Amino acid sequence: MKKIFLVLLLTLAPAWAMAASGGIHLDEANIDPTNKQSLQRGARLFVNYCLSCHSAALMRYERMGKDLGIDEKLVAENLMFTGGKVGDLMTVATADADTKEWFGTVPPDLTVIARARGVDWLYTYLRSFYRDDSKLTGVNNLVFADVGMPDVLWELQGWQEPIITTVKDHDGTERKTVALELVEPGLLTPHEFDRAVRDLVNFLDYMGEPAKYERRHLGIKVLIFLFLFLGLAYLLKREYWKDIH
Amino acid sequence: MAANKNEKWQGGLLGWIDARFPLSSMWYDHLARYYAPKNFNFLYYFGSLALLVLVLQILTGIWLTMNYKPDAELAFNSVEYIMRDVNWGWLIRYMHSTGASMFFIVVYLHMFRGLVYGSFKKPRELIWIFGMIIYVCLMAEAFMGYLLPWGQMSYWGAQVIISLFGAIPGVGDALALWIRGDFVIADATLNRFFAFHVIAVPIILLALVVLHILALHEVGSNNPDGVEIKKKKDDKGIPLDGIPFHPYYTVKDIVGVAVFLIIFSIIVFFMPEMGGWFLEKDNFIPADPLKTPEHIVPLWYFTPFYAILRAVPDKFLGVLAMGGAIFALFLLPWLDRSPVKSIRYRGSVYKVAVGIFVVSFIALGYLGTQPATPLFTNFARLFSLLYFGFFVSLLIIPKFEKTKPVPERVTS
Repeated sequence: MKKIFLVLLLTLAPAWAMAASGGIHLDEANIDPTNKQSLQRGARLFVNYCLSCHSAALMRYERMGKDLGIDEKLVAENLMFTGGKVGDLMTVATADADTKEWFGTVPPDLTVIARARGVDWLYTYLRSFYRDDSKLTGVNNLVFADVGMPDVLWELQGWQEPIITTVKDHDGTERKTVALELVEPGLLTPHEFDRAVRDLVNFLDYMGEPAKYERRHLGIKVLIFLFLFLGLAYLLKREYWKDIH
Repeated sequence: MAANKNEKWQGGLLGWIDARFPLSSMWYDHLARYYAPKNFNFLYYFGSLALLVLVLQILTGIWLTMNYKPDAELAFNSVEYIMRDVNWGWLIRYMHSTGASMFFIVVYLHMFRGLVYGSFKKPRELIWIFGMIIYVCLMAEAFMGYLLPWGQMSYWGAQVIISLFGAIPGVGDALALWIRGDFVIADATLNRFFAFHVIAVPIILLALVVLHILALHEVGSNNPDGVEIKKKKDDKGIPLDGIPFHPYYTVKDIVGVAVFLIIFSIIVFFMPEMGGWFLEKDNFIPADPLKTPEHIVPLWYFTPFYAILRAVPDKFLGVLAMGGAIFALFLLPWLDRSPVKSIRYRGSVYKVAVGIFVVSFIALGYLGTQPATPLFTNFARLFSLLYFGFFVSLLIIPKFEKTKPVPERVTS
C-alpha cells in the first residue's frame, strides 16, 4: 500500500505534551465561503457526524436553509433527524450527564467554534486523529493531545498510525518528528477526504457568523456612500474656508 | 453672555423660548460666536470625534440593551442571539465593539495633542483634569463592558483585574470580595457591572464631558502654536486669529467625521475582530470558572498599564506603579513648568523626551499583550522606567532648556 504522509510534522519531545496549545504547524483550510455547494455538503456532514453529540444551539435550521439555499422542506427531510420545526435551534437530545460519562467531558457547542479556534486549526484537527490503544476511544490527536472525542470520521478517512522518526538537524542536534501514515483506507481517498473536511470547516465558519456575507455586501454600499459624502463635505469645507487666511 | 442679550431674536417661537431659556445665547456662546484659533491642524479633529464615538456608543448601547440578558446563564447566548436573530443586531453589536476600541484610539490621540501643544498648561489645568477623569471613567466603562459578553476572556480578564485589589495589604481580599459580590466572578458581578456599564458610568461620563467643554469654552482653545489668541483682539473684542466655531469648524469637523466613519466602517464591515485585537478569539468560548485560558490578555487599550504592573516583581508595588502611571498624567500641569506651551518652540531635549515617552507607551502596550518571558519582562522594566522618567524629566528640562521665541500671532 502506498504510504501517504500528512504534512503534519512536529517536534516530538516537549511539543507532544503541549500539542493542544500552539507550536504546531496548521494546514491552511482554504475555504471558499461563497461556494454554496461546499457549504451544503458541509451542512450534511455536520448534521450526520457532529450534531448527534455536539449542539449548535445558537443556530436555527431555518436560517441555515435560507442562507445556504436549501428549501425548507428539504431541510426538514434531509437535515433534521430529531423532528421538530424548522424554526428550532440545532440542539441535541443527549443529556450532558450522559456525554460527560462517555467522553469525560461535555462536547462543546459548535455554533461559534470556528471563531474561537480558527478554520485552519479545525481543518488540521479533524484530519489528525491516529490510533492509540492506550486511550479509551482508541485514538489520539496530534493537534489536540488526549482529546476526549472519538474519531467520528474514521469510516471516511480510514485509520492513521503515527510514525516517529529521529532526524538530525544541520547543527547536529537530534529531533523527533511525528508523521501520520494511513494504514487502512476509508471510504474516501485522501484527496476526497480533505475536500470533505474543507466543506465541513467551511460550514462551521459560516455558522460562526451567518451575517458575514450580508455584512460585506452592505459594507461596500456604506463605503460608496461615505466616499461621496466625504467629497461633498470637503467641497463644503473648502467653500467656507475661502475667506480665511 | 450679557453681550448677546440685546441681540436676541425677537418674537416668534424662538423669542418665546429665549424669554424663558437661554437658547440663542447658548448657540452664540458655544458655536456661532465661540472663537477658535484658525490654525487647528489634523490633531484637532479628535475632540469632536470623541464626542461622535460617545454618541454612537450610547445609541448602539441602548439598542443592545433591548436584547442583552445580564445573567450568567443567558449572557453569552443572548449576544449570539443579537448576532443572529435580531434584525441588524450584528451591525449594532459590531459598531459597539469597534466603537470601544476606536474610542481609545481617538482619546489617546486627543491626549497626545494636549501633551505636545501644552494644552494642559495654565489656564487650562481644569480642562486637563476633567479630561483625565473622563479617561479613567472610560477605562472603567470599557472594563465593565467587556465582562458582559461572558466569554472566557471577559471572565478571566475581570478575574485578574479585580484580584489586583486583593494585593492591597489588610483590606485587599475583603475589598475584592465586595467588588465581585461573590468569591469568584459570578452572576452577582455580571449584574452589577451591567448596572454600572449602562447607567452609572455613562451618566458620569456625560456630565464630565459637559464640564470639559464648559471649561474649554471659558478659557478658549489652545492651538498648535500655543499662542493665546485672546491677547490680540480687534475693536469689537473678537480675537484677530479667531474664527467662529460655527460654521468654520463645524464644516471642517464634518470632513473629519467622514474620514473617521470610512475607517470605522472598514473595520465594522470587513474586519470586526481586527485580527483578535478588538474581539478576542477566546471570547467566543463561554465563560468557564473551572478552565483558565493559557494566556489571559486584557484588551489592547489597557496593555501599557498591564505591562507596567507585570514589570514590578512585587504584586502590591506593581498595582501602585500601575496606578501611578495613570496618576502621573493628572499631575502634568504642575510637573511641566515651562512657560512655552507648544512643542514647536521647545528645545530639542524636550522633543526627544516626548519621543521616548510615546515610544515607551507603545512598546509597553505591545509587551502587555505578550507572555511575560524574562526577556520581555526586562524590556517592560526598561520602558516602565522611561515612562516614569519622562515625568521626572519634565521637572528638570525647563531649568536649562533653550526655548525658541513664541510668535505673537498664530502662524500659517
